[in-house]
Parts: sequence; C-alpha cells; structure tokens
Amino acid sequence: MSFKPQHEIHQRRFGRNLGVGLSLGAFVVLVLALTLVKVTSSDFKFPQNQAADQN
Amino acid sequence: MSDASINASILREDEASFGDYFALLKPRVMSLVVFTAFVGLLAAPVSVHPVIGFCAILFIAIGGGASGALNMWWDADIDKVMKRTKGRPIPAGKVEEGEALSLGLALSGMSVIMLALATNLLAGAFLAFTIFFYVVVYTMWLKRATPQNIVIGGAAGAFPPVIGWIAATGSMSVEPWLMFALTFMWTPPHFWALALFMRSDYDDAGVPMLTVTHGRRATRVHILVYTILLALLAVGTAFSGVGGPVYLAVSLVLNALFLRGAWKIWRRDEDDSEKDNFKAERSFFKLSLLYLFLHFGAILVEAMLKPFGLGGW
Repeated sequence: MSFKPQHEIHQRRFGRNLGVGLSLGAFVVLVLALTLVKVTSSDFKFPQNQAADQN
Repeated sequence: MSDASINASILREDEASFGDYFALLKPRVMSLVVFTAFVGLLAAPVSVHPVIGFCAILFIAIGGGASGALNMWWDADIDKVMKRTKGRPIPAGKVEEGEALSLGLALSGMSVIMLALATNLLAGAFLAFTIFFYVVVYTMWLKRATPQNIVIGGAAGAFPPVIGWIAATGSMSVEPWLMFALTFMWTPPHFWALALFMRSDYDDAGVPMLTVTHGRRATRVHILVYTILLALLAVGTAFSGVGGPVYLAVSLVLNALFLRGAWKIWRRDEDDSEKDNFKAERSFFKLSLLYLFLHFGAILVEAMLKPFGLGGW
C-alpha cells in the first residue's frame, strides 16, 4: 500500500478528524463555562440545601 | 489481500469531508433559526447571562440542524430527483442515509438535554416538540400527503423565537406567539413563490405542492391572500410589547413592497412569467428573505433601545 502523504483523501480525512476534535473540545469548554456560570450565580443552591429549604 | 483490493476498501473518492456532515444540518435554514431565536431571547423582558444565552442559541441551532439531518435522511429518495436538492450530501453519494439518521438522532438528544440543563425544562420540551413536528408531522406525514404541507409545516420553522423567549423567561406570553405567527404566515407565500419557478422539481418528485395539485392560478391567489393576512399581522405586531416606532416604520415599508410583489404575481399569467423567466416570482422570493430578516431585525432594535429609555411605545 503506497499512499502519498499529501493525497487529497488524506487531507479530507484530516479535516474531518480535526473538525470532530475541535467540536468536541469546544463542547467541553462550553459545558465547563456553563457549569461555572451556574454554580457562581447568586441563586445557586446545592440539592440538599434546596430540599431543606422546602421542608 | 492485494494492494488493489486494500486501496478499493480504504479509498473512496467521494468520501465525505467535515463540511458534508455540516451540510446535513442545513446551515442556511440554521442561520434563520439562530437569528429568530436570538431575537426571541433578547426581546424577552429579562436579562440573561451571556454564556447561558449563547448556549441557548447554540443548542436551539443544533436542534434545528438535527431536524434538518433527519429530514435529509427521510427525503433522500426525492432529493435525488429534484434539481434544487440533488447536490445534498446523501443524493451526491458522500454521506450514507444511516449516517444522517445517526447524526440527526444524536444531535437531537444532545441539544434537547443541553438546552433543558442550560436554561429550563420548558425550553427543552419545546425544542423536542419542534424537532418532532418538523421530522414526523411535516417531513414524514404532511409533505407528501397534502398541498397544505407548507402551511402547517411552517410552524416548525416558526418555533425558534418562542423557544428563545422561553429559554430567557421560563414562561410564555403573547409576544413570542406574535413572532411565531409572523414566521408562520410568512412561510406559505415564501415557498409558493419558489414553487412557481421550480415547479418541475416538485412535479418530478411527486410532492403535492399547491402548484401541482391546484394549479398555478390558485397558487397565485393563495400568495396574495396570505400576503394580505401577513401584512395585517405584521403591522399589528408593531403595537405589541415587542413593537415600537422603528418596527412600525420598517413594517409599513416592507409590507407595502411585499403586497405590491404579491399583487404583481396575482396579475400575471403563465405566458407573462415564461417570457421573463419568472422575474416577478423570483424577486418576490428574494424580497421575502429580506422581509423576515428586517422584521426580526426591527424587533431586535426595539429591544436594544429599551435599556436607554427608547424603543417600544
């Protein structure tokens, strides 16, 4: 099997892998940012505190 | 295994690129979803943290894209036939039908769960309903069954501003439903104008568009009637909580132009249209894109002016 490293299909596959990788990376960063915003918000309560407040 | 057979199994000249998978999400439709959801979110009378707002718009967009992928999976057979759609990734042979189904289902689940977590359960539920409505009610059921497909199916494209509003407020009121009605009433004349100059496409695919089932004269009448109703609704929205003087001015101008376009289409017959290659129908279609964009743009301007004591009445 002798592919040239610069074959167009390799570039396409690399682009696809890069796209998936960057999308997943961006998703992780987004979930982290969302979590930080949620837990630092003034009305945030841990679940057990929420239950205690309701009783 | 010979080199040749290895090559054949590994190399596919038409192998999909990342862009082909992205194209499954119908990026142009997604841009409309993003914009109208963004306007719905910002027009809501509460402030939203920028990160939460960004997440809400992103997950609404992904949900819209997922329903686009599921639509392409189901409609792969007719997409092959229509000129307008045969370059899509599945009919072009770049993406397999099963891949579109998997991508659509995975993104649907992810977007609904993430929107519910980022904002509230009601917003997530509405996004799930929108995906269901577009894929099952419109794509699987209505599209090939009735010439009213576009009228009822248009509701799916009209939900994003409602979801944006609910994501911000956690509740519903009249204003998001006015934005819903604006897109809902705009969809039929927009698509019927397209169907007038792309008739053979729908004929060939056996999709019962109004042009196919009731004829082109009836379609022209329908465009005019819907445009009159749309104009009343669009101008009336100016006096609601999301309207104001800027919106009213924009709406009056756009509706005058839109009504004139619909009037021209109504007055023309097939000979007139054939002679100038459907010039009036094409320009009405282009205007319809601007029409919706500028109406929502005006709602956005009104919302942006409110913190400065301007905007609204």
